[in-house]
Amino acid sequence: MKEQSLSERLHVDMPLLFGILVLCAIGLTVLYSAGGQDMSVVYRQGVRILVAVLIMLIVAQIPTMQLSRWSLWIYLFSIALLVLVLMFGHTGKGAQRWLDLGLFRFQPSEVMKLALPMAVAWYLSEKHLPPSLGRIIMSFFMIMIPVVLIVRQPDLGTAVIVAAAGFAVLFISGISWRLIGSLSMLAAMSAPVFWYMMHEYQRQRVLTFLNPEQDPLGTGYHIIQSKIAIGSGGIYGKGWLNGTQSHLEFLPERSTDFIFAVFCEEFGLMGVLLLLCAYSLVICRGLYISAYAQTMFGKLLGAAVVLTFFVYIFVNMGMVSGQLPVVGLPLPLISHGGTSMVTLMAGFGLLMGIHTHRRLLSD
Amino acid sequence: MSPAFTLGDPEQEHRLLRWRIVLAGLLMLAIFLAIMVRIFHLQVLQHDHFTTLSQSNRVKIVPIPPTRGLIFSSDGVLLADNRSSFSLELTPEHIEDLDGTIDRLREFVEIDAASINRFRNRLGKNRRFESIPLQFNLSDEEVARISVNLYRFPGVDVKARLNRYYPLGANLAHTVGYVGMIDERELATLDRSNYSATSHIGKIGVEKAYEDLLHGKVGHQQVEVNAQGRVIRVLDRTPPVPGENIYLSLDVSLQNIAMDALGERRGAIVAMDPRDGSILAMASSPSYDPNLFVNGIDSPTYRALLSSSGTPLLNRGLQGTYPPGSTIKPILAFAALQHGIRENDAETWCPGWYQLKGSSHRYRDWKKEGHGHTDLRKAIVESCDVYFYSLAQDLGIERIHEGLAQFGLGQKTGIDIGGESSGLVPSREWKRRALGQPWYPGETLIAGIGQGSTLVTPLQLAVATSAIANRGHVIKPHIVDEARDALSNKKLLDSGREVIHRVRQTESEDWEEIIGAMHDVVQGERGTARASGRGANYQFAGKTGTAQVISIGQDEEYDEDIIPEILRDHALFIAFAPLESPRIAIAIIVENGGSGSSTAAPIARQLFDHYLNTEESVARE
Repeated sequence: MKEQSLSERLHVDMPLLFGILVLCAIGLTVLYSAGGQDMSVVYRQGVRILVAVLIMLIVAQIPTMQLSRWSLWIYLFSIALLVLVLMFGHTGKGAQRWLDLGLFRFQPSEVMKLALPMAVAWYLSEKHLPPSLGRIIMSFFMIMIPVVLIVRQPDLGTAVIVAAAGFAVLFISGISWRLIGSLSMLAAMSAPVFWYMMHEYQRQRVLTFLNPEQDPLGTGYHIIQSKIAIGSGGIYGKGWLNGTQSHLEFLPERSTDFIFAVFCEEFGLMGVLLLLCAYSLVICRGLYISAYAQTMFGKLLGAAVVLTFFVYIFVNMGMVSGQLPVVGLPLPLISHGGTSMVTLMAGFGLLMGIHTHRRLLSD
Repeated sequence: MSPAFTLGDPEQEHRLLRWRIVLAGLLMLAIFLAIMVRIFHLQVLQHDHFTTLSQSNRVKIVPIPPTRGLIFSSDGVLLADNRSSFSLELTPEHIEDLDGTIDRLREFVEIDAASINRFRNRLGKNRRFESIPLQFNLSDEEVARISVNLYRFPGVDVKARLNRYYPLGANLAHTVGYVGMIDERELATLDRSNYSATSHIGKIGVEKAYEDLLHGKVGHQQVEVNAQGRVIRVLDRTPPVPGENIYLSLDVSLQNIAMDALGERRGAIVAMDPRDGSILAMASSPSYDPNLFVNGIDSPTYRALLSSSGTPLLNRGLQGTYPPGSTIKPILAFAALQHGIRENDAETWCPGWYQLKGSSHRYRDWKKEGHGHTDLRKAIVESCDVYFYSLAQDLGIERIHEGLAQFGLGQKTGIDIGGESSGLVPSREWKRRALGQPWYPGETLIAGIGQGSTLVTPLQLAVATSAIANRGHVIKPHIVDEARDALSNKKLLDSGREVIHRVRQTESEDWEEIIGAMHDVVQGERGTARASGRGANYQFAGKTGTAQVISIGQDEEYDEDIIPEILRDHALFIAFAPLESPRIAIAIIVENGGSGSSTAAPIARQLFDHYLNTEESVARE
């Protein structure tokens, strides 16, 4: 066995880490501007990033075999927590998402973003792939139970992510195109059911998305203002700290969900190109790791983590640029806030683990 | 690929998965391209459209400051008002040449150097795109002149603000206090959203202590603005909630008499209602004009206030500490009765001096020839020092400390506007801790006549006097009586009576004995302040005090004419009236004013005459 480098012994994947840190640095820079040049906001976010990176490193130490053995139990435990939240959850901003554990508050739906793909990946990799119809149906239920629980909280954004993570595993597992087609049909037909299940403010968001101009001072305000911010940025942007849209307080939620609009306004098309390159670096490295994972479980889980990360980016940029309804998802690694950051980093920790525990398996 | 996975089936499965992963990658790439196309569409193709929109972005949410609550006296006089005035404000981010702009502005508006300094100090400390006031209180003419020329000054605005104004000025500066511009330190602790439109905050006095009630809640409005950020039209409005109006227990007519009585002299007067702790007057002289501070005081004026020998910024009523002198004699006499070390009629021989055993030092009485045979009542009425030297020696310093402390002396009273000094009532323990020295017996004697290290504030004396008047209830004083909603006039806060401590009494006659003696001080034949009690249409009780500022040597005489004014004795007087069912208790200190009986006592009489003979005081009953 050849000499291990420091990064291998620490189970760190350097290209992935590099990409993540570049994104975090971009995030802090935009945050300084979006947060009104308040250095304390930047410091606090910096601390959150440090904590999240630490958690990533810890997760990376867990051997992949171990993970697959724990998957079912973690999944069942998370389901139990989601039920608890609906029963005793703490209400924040009108939605029950938090579980108060005395010392800290905890959002079980976040855990589900990783627990679900792990469980589905474990379940499907038990038998030959592509999976049989029975297993596909079983997986479908594994996905829909937590998604429905999260929609009821209500937290549409997280539900989208959890569903995406679950279906990503199904997609990678090689189910036939015919099935993918019919599943899409099913999803389209079940839209009215979801419409019925949605809360009033969620329906309002969808309506606003379809026609923002109908209510320029109410819910459409966000989208109109953020489109103005993006569009007025031009090719080279207005320059760091000079975004009038954001600094004159036209833009709502400018350090959290709408931070991409601030970025576009100040750094322009060139900035967006650079940002997408940084994201692509992380995504490509993640896919590479998944493609060369030695186990089916590793491949399925790794690809699901990357796809989840991508869905964040896609949905956030889509909603900020007015192409998708406003569902309240942050721009990953850039937006201010800590909860989703920790989950994302833990996901990257899984990827690093999948990659760096390879050799141990082959010995 | 490692040899462990050479079986045909898994190999095929891996290939299938890898293919799907590549497919997912291509899908993501395609979507990224779609996002780029969308952003390109917005930022390049529609750039001009959105730039126009951005420049004329019209819908903006601006906070509206709430109107600060007004402050009234108990007799309905407005003490703190809001007056509208115009100020010239600049938004630095919209101005290219700041110096040039200010220079050109001077053609239209008078801008003094102090304002420019203040403006420069604020530069860089504000939030971006927020306007900074340059000049306050523009005249109507200036407003007219600059308004028609405003188009030549992008980033310059004339804003109407409500300015705090104190109509009674110096007479109430210390109690009502003043507001001033929010500074950085305050900004760090404020609720930023609620203060997002507020420029001023209470700095001292009632304005500071009741900031929460006075401030109110910020409102918002959606406005249409043009490219320079000027408001064209209001679209929607959430009105601010005005601050609460505050009603003080202070009686302005009494306060004015107290301030006039002090006149040019340095001193303090605190009058309170011994039944519920309402402060009726709190005068501190010299004073200052609080209106100077509202929009930032210029530094020469401020320096002059700070360095003035009269220390006008000091609120003597709360913060001035003075030796109480003989005013504490009734309290010490009560302590002696409490502990049973003196009987009412037990006599002490006063030859005009007192000596400790084994010492040749003579502790002198103010009356050189002595008071002769002296019982407790006579000792208070004539303020016999020798009687109290002897009493102090028998009590001992610990019981003296306890006796004074039970009336609230030497500790903060807990008055609602805060900022008070605690004063000092010495003890063995204190001296060891603070000075690292043992307690000397001579100090006990000095403490017995309220001299030495004992220091009290006029407010503490007023509280102690109230406690005598109401027979043992040490009550927490308060200046604010109630707060009312500015719109509905609903009562939101009501300061009631709060007893801090109940003085332990052994026998009820003790109170009558002490109060009777204090009555004789002002209205008895031989009382030290009988001149002030003569001819009153009500009965009252008091005690004079004359506190030494310097110690007089054994062989020297105190001669007012040859001692510089700053070293002359402080004149003190405490009193309450009417004798039965007291409604007002008072503590007066005139610094270097000479004797309590000649300087301080007449002021008390003046205040009582006014207060007890006007309708308002009867209405309070």
